[in-house]
Amino acid sequence: MAGKTLYDKLWDNHLVEQRDDGTAIIYIDRHLIHEVTSPQAFEGLRLAGRQPWRLDANLAVPDHNVPTESEERKGGVAGIVDPISRLQVQTLDDNCDAFNIVEIPINDIRQGIVHVVGPEQGATLPGMTVVCGDSHTSTHGALGALAHGIGTSEVEHVLATQCLIQKKMKNLLIRIDGTLQDGVSAKDVALAVIGTIGTAGGTGYAIEFGGDVIRAMSMEGRMTMCNMSIEAGARMGMVAVDDTTLEYVKGRPYAPTAQQWEQAVATWRELHTDDDAEFDRVVTLRAEDIKPQVTWGTSPEMVLPVDGVIPDPEKIEDAGRAQATRRALEYMGLKPGMAITDIRPDRVFIGSCTNSRIEDLREAAAQIRGRKVAQGIKQVLVVPGSGQVKAQAEAEGLDRVFIEAGMEWREPGCSMCLAMNADKLGPGEHCASTSNRNFEGRQGFGGRTHLVSPAMAAAAAIAGHFTDIRQCAEGQS
Amino acid sequence: MKAFTQLKGLVAPMDRANVDTDLIIPKQFLKSIKRSGFGPNLFDELRYLDEGQPGEDCSKRPLNPDFPLNFDRYQGASVLLARENFGCGSSREHAPWALEDYGFRCIIAPSYADIFFNNCFKNGVLPVVLDAQVVDELFTDMYAQEGYSLEINLQAQTITTPTGKVIGFEVDAFRKNCLLNGLDDIGITLQSADSIRSYQQKLRESSPWLFDVVQ
Ligand code: SF4
Repeated sequence: MAGKTLYDKLWDNHLVEQRDDGTAIIYIDRHLIHEVTSPQAFEGLRLAGRQPWRLDANLAVPDHNVPTESEERKGGVAGIVDPISRLQVQTLDDNCDAFNIVEIPINDIRQGIVHVVGPEQGATLPGMTVVCGDSHTSTHGALGALAHGIGTSEVEHVLATQCLIQKKMKNLLIRIDGTLQDGVSAKDVALAVIGTIGTAGGTGYAIEFGGDVIRAMSMEGRMTMCNMSIEAGARMGMVAVDDTTLEYVKGRPYAPTAQQWEQAVATWRELHTDDDAEFDRVVTLRAEDIKPQVTWGTSPEMVLPVDGVIPDPEKIEDAGRAQATRRALEYMGLKPGMAITDIRPDRVFIGSCTNSRIEDLREAAAQIRGRKVAQGIKQVLVVPGSGQVKAQAEAEGLDRVFIEAGMEWREPGCSMCLAMNADKLGPGEHCASTSNRNFEGRQGFGGRTHLVSPAMAAAAAIAGHFTDIRQCAEGQS
Repeated sequence: MKAFTQLKGLVAPMDRANVDTDLIIPKQFLKSIKRSGFGPNLFDELRYLDEGQPGEDCSKRPLNPDFPLNFDRYQGASVLLARENFGCGSSREHAPWALEDYGFRCIIAPSYADIFFNNCFKNGVLPVVLDAQVVDELFTDMYAQEGYSLEINLQAQTITTPTGKVIGFEVDAFRKNCLLNGLDDIGITLQSADSIRSYQQKLRESSPWLFDVVQ
């Protein structure tokens, strides 16, 4: 019998019941909850007179609606100016109280974006099944977990049964071998993967990321990669457990200790694909070929290396693609043949569950230290992914670097990633953003998003236009 | 989900074809964080003379005196008699939520929009399909007699009129079972509760670090 992939192992380990119609009942170890997709699920429980199946499997944190300006934040939930946002956050508090679910509230130092908080607290661990009513739950797969987003009725289903009805996915291995160039980060690799396989390339698959580059990558980088799996069409992405994983997990507040730690490590060491396992599909990229990436369109697959030029729809043979390109260029206000480095952002956003961890902020700060935001840039928001990240960054003096450069150092939350709070783009404004979606209107009505790495976003803020940070790195040394 | 077995209920009319989900519950109410509480806004645009806003106290709003649901004789109705293609339009589950919240547990019509039809079963509302001819007769009888009610028996798949006439109806066996037993997806999964429990017990033994930590 052929060996098992990491995904096969995680699936088999959580199989409660296989049914004849191909569906299975899968046990869920960790359910993360935020304020936007949970209210109707709690309401559903209430109406049906049900209680959560297992309280200690749940952890809630508000993130999407929370204000990031410190003045507005001071008042806690009551201080949230927008009444609809306030009600949603208040409702999460109330539901957690009513159902005895542990919540990290708005101004707790551990609060932040749910996908930053989970791993940071050790609430998501290797080998777990992790779900949340949010598509970027794929992030947690970086720990060697089976993690994916669910809808509101499934949120209710998990609360009530600790399980989900699932069908097994196919296995896709994405292998990146070699060594990344200086200035190229996990975000660039993720965007290059999406540029290669397309936004539907991973549909129907569970992705495993492997190869030299992934093995050498930090946990923060792996989380960035897995976070973007959903933008490649896959509900889940994952990375095998190794020493990097174990070092990251050790000592986290909810991680096992002492003898249980030893026991857990022994189990977690098995969480890798067997040598003789077969994938349904394998995609390989060479690390040396990957340059810093910038999206120019309205889908993450509309991406180019920083030294590229905007494509000409007239030269695209496929009629559908030509049309999509034309529409995207019109929305983005860009002309064919224009150099990516000539695009001048109006605003810069460094944050989101893709790139708001300490390493991301360090990489951004390295581009900024001692420099000033370029004239013509209206605003640079730096939004740490959690209160812990914020505290760590401040301990390292990164906040001073950002503030002295003329940037805004904010409180943790989703912020301008989806513009559900006050942080948004104006119509027609270009944004260099470290988030994950460049859809029309995502960061504000009429806003134009360019997805980039934290270092690329920071460099654009300083230069006033996109710039090849590999050249900056050379120039500095 | 509430089980549906038998119902004896006052009948109210929604006497027009192609009633869409926008008409059943207008878009401004979808902003709600709740799945309940849509009842006061059921048929909002027909029921009130002003434009409704989410969160507004509907008891102070001017009622449309010409809309049947506002008539005294239909207060407390739990069966809605309707026409062709009821529930067409968007997929919003808020539509059956609103009907159920108002107090309707059964709809009788010649046909329904597909998604709405499915959504009803998920929310404890029985949508009965009867011949257009039969529905027409029910409308006539209902208008003729104040307090007109029908007895619906899901197990027997029958509707009994006040004169004792029995009308049979069809219903999908799987859906019937779910509705009779009040089973939704969650209910069905909970039929495997023993398997879940025994899985969980083994997990607790093999991986104790997954338990009792977050509390
Ligand atoms: S940061 Fe953006 S993508 Fe991530 S959870 Fe928040 S809104 Fe979603």
